Amino acid sequence: MALKLDNVTKRFGEFTAVDRLSLNIPEKEMFGFLGANGAGKTTTFRMILGLLDASEGKVTWDGKPINYDTSSIIGYLPEERGLYPKLKVRDQIVYLARLRGMQKQAAIKELDYWLSRFKVPEYADKKVEELSKGNQQKIQFIAAVLHKPKLLILDEPFSGLDPVNVEQLKEAVIDLKNAGTTIVFASHRMEHVEEMCEHICIMHKGSPVVHGSLKEIKRSFGKKNLVIHADFDTAFLKDYPGVTRAKQTTEGIHLQIVGEHIAEDILMQIVGKGFIRKFVLEEPSLNDIFIEKVGDSYE
Amino acid sequence: MNNFFIILFHTYLSKLKTKSFLVTTIITVVLMLALTNMTNIIYFFNKDSEADKIAVVDETGQLFAPLKEQMKAINEELFVEKYDGNAEEAIKDVEEGEYKGILELSLNSEKLPAASYKAMTIADSTIPADLQAALQQLKMVMASTQSNIAPEELEKLYAPVEFEKTALEKDAKTEEELNQARGLVYVLLFIIYFAVIMYGNMIAMEVATEKSSRVMEILISSVSPVKQMFAKILGIGLLSLTQLAVLLSVGYVSIKRNLETMEGGFFEFFGFGNVAASTIVYAVVFFILGYFLYATIAAFLGSLVSRIEDVQQMITPMTMLVVAGFMMAMFGLGQPDAPFIKYTSFIPFFTPMLMFLRVGMLNIPFWEIALSIGILVATIVLLAVFGARVYRGGVLMYGKSNSFKDIKKALQLTKNE
Repeated sequence: MALKLDNVTKRFGEFTAVDRLSLNIPEKEMFGFLGANGAGKTTTFRMILGLLDASEGKVTWDGKPINYDTSSIIGYLPEERGLYPKLKVRDQIVYLARLRGMQKQAAIKELDYWLSRFKVPEYADKKVEELSKGNQQKIQFIAAVLHKPKLLILDEPFSGLDPVNVEQLKEAVIDLKNAGTTIVFASHRMEHVEEMCEHICIMHKGSPVVHGSLKEIKRSFGKKNLVIHADFDTAFLKDYPGVTRAKQTTEGIHLQIVGEHIAEDILMQIVGKGFIRKFVLEEPSLNDIFIEKVGDSYE
Repeated sequence: MNNFFIILFHTYLSKLKTKSFLVTTIITVVLMLALTNMTNIIYFFNKDSEADKIAVVDETGQLFAPLKEQMKAINEELFVEKYDGNAEEAIKDVEEGEYKGILELSLNSEKLPAASYKAMTIADSTIPADLQAALQQLKMVMASTQSNIAPEELEKLYAPVEFEKTALEKDAKTEEELNQARGLVYVLLFIIYFAVIMYGNMIAMEVATEKSSRVMEILISSVSPVKQMFAKILGIGLLSLTQLAVLLSVGYVSIKRNLETMEGGFFEFFGFGNVAASTIVYAVVFFILGYFLYATIAAFLGSLVSRIEDVQQMITPMTMLVVAGFMMAMFGLGQPDAPFIKYTSFIPFFTPMLMFLRVGMLNIPFWEIALSIGILVATIVLLAVFGARVYRGGVLMYGKSNSFKDIKKALQLTKNE
């Protein structure tokens, strides 16, 4: 049981939104799907869901194509949140769950569980338009997972939530993953992806630019971050050979270097120039990788 | 339960429970009851008020008696009373409310009656009109006596000419039948017209609401857009039938109950006395087909807009078609056999109204009806196939544009290449 995208291409007239994308997302895995705005993430999701037909290639789940017969095993939280504003929470969750093949009573029971888990049982009889945006998002999340999907697609699940709610939802997502749900997770918050996903794919202009296990990607990226806080002027390090990126801060400088040996050289250079309060060599963050792979082509 | 029926009943029940739907239905029922009970209502308000009394000051002493005689024939509710005082005293009594008005009668130079009517207001035009009519009769009799014309001759002079209309065509409707049919067709045309506009609007709004609230994306990831579109059309269709059933049964019962009081009045003109069963059957058939035609158009037009505010603008062309059809039908009521009506009744957008008009008013060969229904059904199927494709792409399109160019864009979205 795995989600497989095989050379999937989608063209809208002249424009190619997704170009020969191949992914293999194993079962019970949380997969990070990254990309700048307009990189083709939503189009890919729509093809996975069967809302759009791929121009070329095919999408399969467990070797079979995904269509409306399989809609009961798929959960989807779209980036643009949407619920019926005038309908009561219970009515619309039950309606949406029944469309995914659930029985009414089971849906009500499941809804009560989720509402009390999110500590908002009193919302069942409220209209959606009466809830705050963050709380609407919780309801939307419940709508996506209520029918216990095997494959869950989360498009920016945590945007617009306060830190407490982010934790609550994150915990719920991790529980679902541990319970065996395959999750495709799209986000602009790199730290969330870093924290939760083993495998990632970074999309850029319709094609995957980075694809694989997060650890592997970080290792092969090679570059490391060096943070120096010192009392003397560190600006001259910008032009030091082996430094690919530099950012001056109030307390010192953040450098990106091509390897560990550069850090040693730099340390030699600055020892004796004054007091060094901080000298840290860090693994690159996903944020760095993303900016490197996607951001450069903006320039 | 099948997803199709879940959506169908969800649409039906959630619309049924909305306040706006309940309020419209109740208001229409009340209006309907008021209309069918009009005679009772008028009677209710009039029964307490005393009959109007008119003081007649007759200077000649010979006009009052024949006037009173005439008045009885014209309006029993209006009493004329001989007033023994002079005009000034009578005016005082009118001011005190004793009389509704005073009528001064005199003879002019040619020895014919002349009169002047005074009342507090002359807003009520029926009283002076009745009085005038009575005096007119009186004057005619007096003038003819003066000219030595015998009453029999006078009668001959005023007798209406004998005029009879007969339709030569076999099975053609008699005049009486035509009048009845015209009334019924008129009412049913109105129902078709309003229902198509109202429920077409409702569908377009419903689709646009789901789109603008973005719940659409979740819906179409569970159920195919095409299934969803038809479930919605049928759901609203069921709603329209429910509303019509309530209104028509209330109307029917109310008319049945009041039928005796309405004899010869407004309702007989409208042909409710005896309704041809075939006309009703055709009304239902054309209503349902017309509904499907315009509902399909409304659904796919609704799928093209992203904001509710744009719905009206988008469906205006559709509304125009309905209005045009209705206008032609109104013209056709007077001339159902005009060639213009005949040919346009085969254009599917006008068929529900115009062909129904012709079926109701004329005796047209069955093949014409069958042909027009055939064209209509074929158009509905074509539009449904085309509309479903537009709908499928349209619901995924967001943006401020809302023109007919979007139809092309929507079709492109659903294409495999």
